[in-house]
Amino acid sequence: MRNKFFSVLALLMISSAAHADLDVVVTGIDTAATPIAIVPFAGLGAKDVDMSQVIDADLGRTGQFRTLSRGSMPEQPSDPAGLHQASWRSANTDYVVMGQARRDPATGNVSVRFYLVDTLRGAQLLAYDMPAASPGQLRYVSHQIADLVYEKLTGIKGAFTTKIAYVTANGLGNARRFELVVADADGYSPRAMAVSREPLMSPSWSPDRKQLAYVGYERGRTAIYIHTLASGQVRKLVSEKGINGSPAWSPDGKSMAAVLSFETNPDIYVFNVATGSRRRLTDHYGIDTEPSWAPDGQSLIFTSDRGGQPQIYQLPIDGGDAKRVTFVGKQNLRASYSPDGKSLVVVNYDDGRYRIALLDLASGSMKIISDGPLDESPSFAPNGMVVIYATQGRQGAELATSSIDGRTRQRMRQPGDVREPAWSPQIR
Amino acid sequence: MFKNSLVALVTVLAMAGCASKGAHNAQDTNPSAAGNSSSAGAGYGSDGQPVQIGDQNAAAQGEGLFDTSSKANVIYFALDSSDLDSAGLAIADKFAKYLTANPITKVRIEGNTDERGTREYNVSLGERRANAVLAALRTKGVSANQLNVVSYGEERPAAQGHDESAWSQNRRAVIVRQ
Repeated sequence: MRNKFFSVLALLMISSAAHADLDVVVTGIDTAATPIAIVPFAGLGAKDVDMSQVIDADLGRTGQFRTLSRGSMPEQPSDPAGLHQASWRSANTDYVVMGQARRDPATGNVSVRFYLVDTLRGAQLLAYDMPAASPGQLRYVSHQIADLVYEKLTGIKGAFTTKIAYVTANGLGNARRFELVVADADGYSPRAMAVSREPLMSPSWSPDRKQLAYVGYERGRTAIYIHTLASGQVRKLVSEKGINGSPAWSPDGKSMAAVLSFETNPDIYVFNVATGSRRRLTDHYGIDTEPSWAPDGQSLIFTSDRGGQPQIYQLPIDGGDAKRVTFVGKQNLRASYSPDGKSLVVVNYDDGRYRIALLDLASGSMKIISDGPLDESPSFAPNGMVVIYATQGRQGAELATSSIDGRTRQRMRQPGDVREPAWSPQIR
Repeated sequence: MFKNSLVALVTVLAMAGCASKGAHNAQDTNPSAAGNSSSAGAGYGSDGQPVQIGDQNAAAQGEGLFDTSSKANVIYFALDSSDLDSAGLAIADKFAKYLTANPITKVRIEGNTDERGTREYNVSLGERRANAVLAALRTKGVSANQLNVVSYGEERPAAQGHDESAWSQNRRAVIVRQ
């Protein structure tokens, strides 16, 4: 009965709203980062995406690269034959990315060829012809190039072609509008997937990134919805009395942890996504909420105030005793695992500030990676190198990223309140 | 107003049932009373007037109780607390009187928090506040089926700032007519 399919709900409509451009600010470049130059690609028109700028921003955001400004470039070659190694050595640049675009006059499609050169050894590390793309796809092609360069130089898979989901709130009182938005990982190309006058919350990606689960309100009642992005189909997974919250997809995509309060008070449940059947995992008089899966799918971590203040606990998926995980800080909330399972990202409360922190599970040490005072909703990039979170900006809540060493931060400003970023999985 | 009239009507019908039964039972000992009852159109009290059950003053105050602009329906909470203070208990008392006098009126208790802490945790805290108000109303005799609870956590702030003056206005439960 509860698992009816809805094509379109009255207040949850599919649309593709236009958004104002992002204002991206990078602070705290690490001087130990790898120096690289992304030369402007030849052959692009004034109306085309500035591809090298997109690649530059992608690499810079990780904190692992220090990019050379265009004004400081000794030359702007478009292939290795035009590159003078000594000039780049003088500019202290270890790597150069360059390329050229060719437009097919018949179709208008653009073919891009790019190179990555090691200026120290004079070696060509990468040379690719990217598939022909329409001008509208050049931003995506740029992210693909950034992924290739990043993986070549770090050995780690890039996450620049991934997506982020987040929630925006605009307007006050009866004019308030909530939107569930999916955008590129750098915040560009946002699309509103759901719009509501009542709160939308807690987006969670399916591991195949084809579906988003989230919480919606309708006339004073909450529900967990599962939204299939390609079709726009929305399914109501559960809508009991009280809280229906914190959906979290299991790593195999078959189960979903969530919070229900109708039996007594907020406790963790695990749903079979296909059938909608569920079982209760916690039964405690304290608040149990914000479940998140271990990468092996064998245990959950969650927030509980069973010890007085909210802290993170871990529970085997087949039951057993919950074990407290966090001990540093007055409060720790909304934890999730790094992709390698070795650390947790949490919201840490101490000294009157809510900040994003990484807990190393082996050593128990806690590293603060944001300034607060009202930071929340941290989410790892699928390669584990960057964390995105929500922070309070001058013009409202906005998204920010921090490299996992905490040294490189970036803010993505948009009108209105922007919150609850969820970084999509990588396409495998 | 419509709902109050409906309550009065239900009351009259209920009384009508009692009165006619009473008249029937009393027939042997006091046949003239049965005659009066019949001529009055059956089912009124002994003076021929409808009798309203419950606290009419509380019923009359009902409209003001739900007045959002005066915040008569808002109960505020201290930081990290879901306890009703004396002001909160006084508001719960007024609603309890009204709701017991108007048993078909249903309300929704909306729990809210300030923006500190995480969003889903705040949904749980907000529910704890709403449930505290529900418990206070139940203790004062309000029927469970008149009461619904929803928590908005920090999603619906009443004040927009990022300081204690805003936060203290946002840590609240709001009682709205359903």
